[in-house]
Amino acid sequence: MVQALNAAMDIMLGRDANVVVFGEDVGYFGGVFRCTEGLQRKYGPSRVFDTPIAEAGLLATAVGMGAYGLRPVVEIQFADYIYPATDQLISEAARLRYRSVGDFTAPITVRAPCGGGIFGGQTHSQSPEAIFTHVCGLTTVIPSNPYDAKGLLISAIEDDDPVIFLEPKRLYNGPFDGHHDRPVTPWTEHPAGEVPDGYYTVPLGKASVVRSGEAVTVLTYGTMVHVAMTAVAESGVDGEVIDLRTLIPIDIDTIVDSVRKTGRCVIVHEATRTSGFGAELSALVQENCFYSLEAPIVRVTGWDTPYPHSLEWDYFPGPKRVAEGLRRAMEG
Amino acid sequence: MKNAVPLRLHVPEPPARPGQEADFSWVKVPPAGTVTRPDIAVDPYEIRRHAYELIRVLDDNAAAVGPWDPRLDAETVRRGLRAMMLTRAYDERMFRAQRQGKTSFYMRCTGEEAVGVGQAMALDDRDMTFPTYRQQGLLITRGWSLVDMMNQVFSNTRDRLKGRQMPIMYSSKEAGFFSISGNLATQFSQAVGWAMASAIKGDDRIAAGWIGEGATAEGDFHHALTFASVYRAPVILNIVNNQYAISSFQGIAGGERTTFAARGLGYGLPSLRVDGNDFLAVYAVTRWAADRARANLGSTLIELFTYRAAAHSTSDDPSKYRPADEARHWPLGDPIERLRAHLVARGEWSDERHGQLAAEVDGEVRDALREAESYGTLGTGEHHSPATMFDDVFKEMPWHLRRQRQELGY
Ligand SMILES: Cc1ncc(C[n+]2csc(CCOP(=O)(O)OP(=O)(O)O)c2C)c(N)n1
Repeated sequence: MVQALNAAMDIMLGRDANVVVFGEDVGYFGGVFRCTEGLQRKYGPSRVFDTPIAEAGLLATAVGMGAYGLRPVVEIQFADYIYPATDQLISEAARLRYRSVGDFTAPITVRAPCGGGIFGGQTHSQSPEAIFTHVCGLTTVIPSNPYDAKGLLISAIEDDDPVIFLEPKRLYNGPFDGHHDRPVTPWTEHPAGEVPDGYYTVPLGKASVVRSGEAVTVLTYGTMVHVAMTAVAESGVDGEVIDLRTLIPIDIDTIVDSVRKTGRCVIVHEATRTSGFGAELSALVQENCFYSLEAPIVRVTGWDTPYPHSLEWDYFPGPKRVAEGLRRAMEG
Repeated sequence: MKNAVPLRLHVPEPPARPGQEADFSWVKVPPAGTVTRPDIAVDPYEIRRHAYELIRVLDDNAAAVGPWDPRLDAETVRRGLRAMMLTRAYDERMFRAQRQGKTSFYMRCTGEEAVGVGQAMALDDRDMTFPTYRQQGLLITRGWSLVDMMNQVFSNTRDRLKGRQMPIMYSSKEAGFFSISGNLATQFSQAVGWAMASAIKGDDRIAAGWIGEGATAEGDFHHALTFASVYRAPVILNIVNNQYAISSFQGIAGGERTTFAARGLGYGLPSLRVDGNDFLAVYAVTRWAADRARANLGSTLIELFTYRAAAHSTSDDPSKYRPADEARHWPLGDPIERLRAHLVARGEWSDERHGQLAAEVDGEVRDALREAESYGTLGTGEHHSPATMFDDVFKEMPWHLRRQRQELGY
C-alpha cells in the first residue's frame, strides 16, 4: 500500500505542476512510513519538502497555498498529531468555500496514518475520523487496500475541496485479518494488492461491496474490512461486507440497497464507540431502512478508552468480537 | 511593479548527507570561560548577545575555567559522572531489551546525558519537571528506582502505569516528573502553568520544562514563552538542540540563520546558550536560571547545544539521512568522557576508579533488570488484567464503560 500511495503522489506531481507534497520528514528521508520516498529526488525540494514540526503551521500554509492556486498534499506523521491543526482545518479549510462563496477554496489533501496494531500506545493508534465527519465541508476517506488507496488518493488530490485521507497504518505492508498472532501476509497475495501502473481514479463518495451476502449487511472501512471478512468466513454467517471507502459524502444508495435486502446491519469500526461514525451510520440505516430491519443494528467498535499499549489486542475489535456481533444481529 | 527575478523557495539543506564527509565547520566553538556571567538581576536586553554565544566551562585540558565555573566539590562532580554513566548503561540495556523482543520501543539519550543529569543536580529535588522523552536522566539523578522505570518499559505486572503508555513515557508525581506525552511540545507551556500556580500560592518550588529544537516550531513553545514572559513565571525553559528531529536537521526547525536561544529575545526573556556536553556549564547556567526564578525575577530560556549520538528511536536508522560516522565528528565531544577527564585532571579520579564505577553501574542495571523481568515483559505477555483498561477514563466509571468491560468478559 505504501508503494500505491507513493505512486499516486508521483503521478499527480507529474501531471499537475500545482501539486506540492510536504510534511515532517517527508522530503529527503521519504517519510517515517516511506510513503514519499524518492519524490523529492524526482521533483525537487520546492515541490516535495520537509517542514518544521508544527501541524497548525502545516495546515495554515496549505490554506495559503490553496488560495494561491496550488494543490497541497500534506502529511501528518500520525493522525494522533493532527489536533494542533484542527483550527485551521475546521474553522478555515472546511469553510473557506462557503464563507467566500467560492471565491477562495482549499484544495488540500491531508494524509495521516491512523489506527492501531503496532503497539503504538495512545498517541500512535487513534482513529479520529468522526471528528472530521462531524465538520461540514470536509471529505473523509479511508482506503482498505492498495488498489483503492492509489485511485482514491488521486481523486482526493484532484478534488477542489479539503480531503482528510486516513491511511490505516496496519495495512501499509499487508492485509490484516485481525489475527495478530499469525504471520503477516504481504499484499502480493491479495487480489487488491495488484495495482495498475499509471493514472486511474477510484471515485470519492462510492462504497464497494467486497462480499455479497444475503443474511446481514456489514458496514465497515479501513483495517476492519479485512477483519470483517475473516469474521464472516469464521462465523459462517452470509454477510454482505461493504467497504465504505469514503465516509463523507457517504454512499447512501449502496447502504440502503443492501440493508433493504438483508434486513440486518452490523457496523464495525476500530475507533471508539460513543459518537463514533457508527452512530451516524446507525441513524442513517434507521432513518432509511426502518421498515426493512428485522433486528436491532449492532455496533462492534473499539472501547471508549484511550488505546492502551500492552492491552492493544484486548482493545482491538478482532474477528472474535465481530463474529459475535454477526451472531447477535442474526439472533436479534 | 515587476520583480527583476522570479521568486524562489528556499528549503534548508544540511551540510552533509549520507556518503558525504561529515561537516561541522559551521559550529563556532569559542574557548571555555570567555562568556561573561551577569548578575541574576540583569536587564535581559543587556545580555542579548548571550543568546548567540556558547557558555563553556571545561577547557581543552579539561580544567574548569571562567566565571561560569560552578566550583563544585569533587564528590558532587563524581555524583554527576555516576548518574550520567548509570543513565547510559540503563539506555544501552533497555535498547538491547527492545532488540530482544522484551518490549516494543525504546529511546536513548546517548550524548545528551549532561542535560537530564546536570540540570537535575542544579535544581532542588522538590522542583517540578516537565520533560520530553529524552530526560530519563532526571529520574535517575533523583534516585528513582530503575526497576520501576523498567517495569514501565516492559508494561509488566508491576508497571504503575498499567501498560497504558508506550515505553519511556514515565510518570511520577513523587519524583516531580510530569507524565510524558507523545504529543510534542505540550509539556512546555504546562510547565509555565505549574510555575504560575506555584507563584499564585506563594510556594517556593520552581518548574522546569524541556523541549527538542524540532518541537520549538509548535505553537505550544510560543505559548510557553509568552505566558512565562507576561507573568514572570518561576520556570526554566530548556531547548535541547541535539541537531536532529528524526531525519530533519536543525535548519528545518528554523536554526539556519539564528540560534534557538535567540527565540527568547523577542519575548524579553534572558536567553542563554550553553555547551550541552559540558556538565559543569549545564549545571552553572541552570543554577543561574533557578536563582533568578527563586528571586521572582522570572523565567530564563536556555538552549542546550548538543548532539543526538544515537538513532531517534529503535524504529529509526540515521544512516539513511546523515553521514554514518557523523557522531564521531561532533566538535563538543562526549559529556561523560569530558567530565571524566576533568576529574582526572583535578587528581580526583583514575582509570582504575572509572573502570570500577563502570562495572558498578552495569551491575546495578543488571540487578534491576533481573528483578523487573521477574514481573514480566511485553514479550512474555505478563501484564495487568484487561479489566484495568476501563479504569481512570473517568474518576467514577460511567455505565457505558462498565457495560463495555462486561462485554469484554470482566
Ligand atoms: C505533535 C507531534 N507531531 C509529530 C510527532 C512525531 N515526532 C515524534 S518525535 C519527533 C521529532 C522531535 O524532534 P525534537 O523536538 O528535535 O526532539 P528529539 O527527538 O531530537 O529529542 C516527531 C516529529 C509527535 N510526537 N507529536
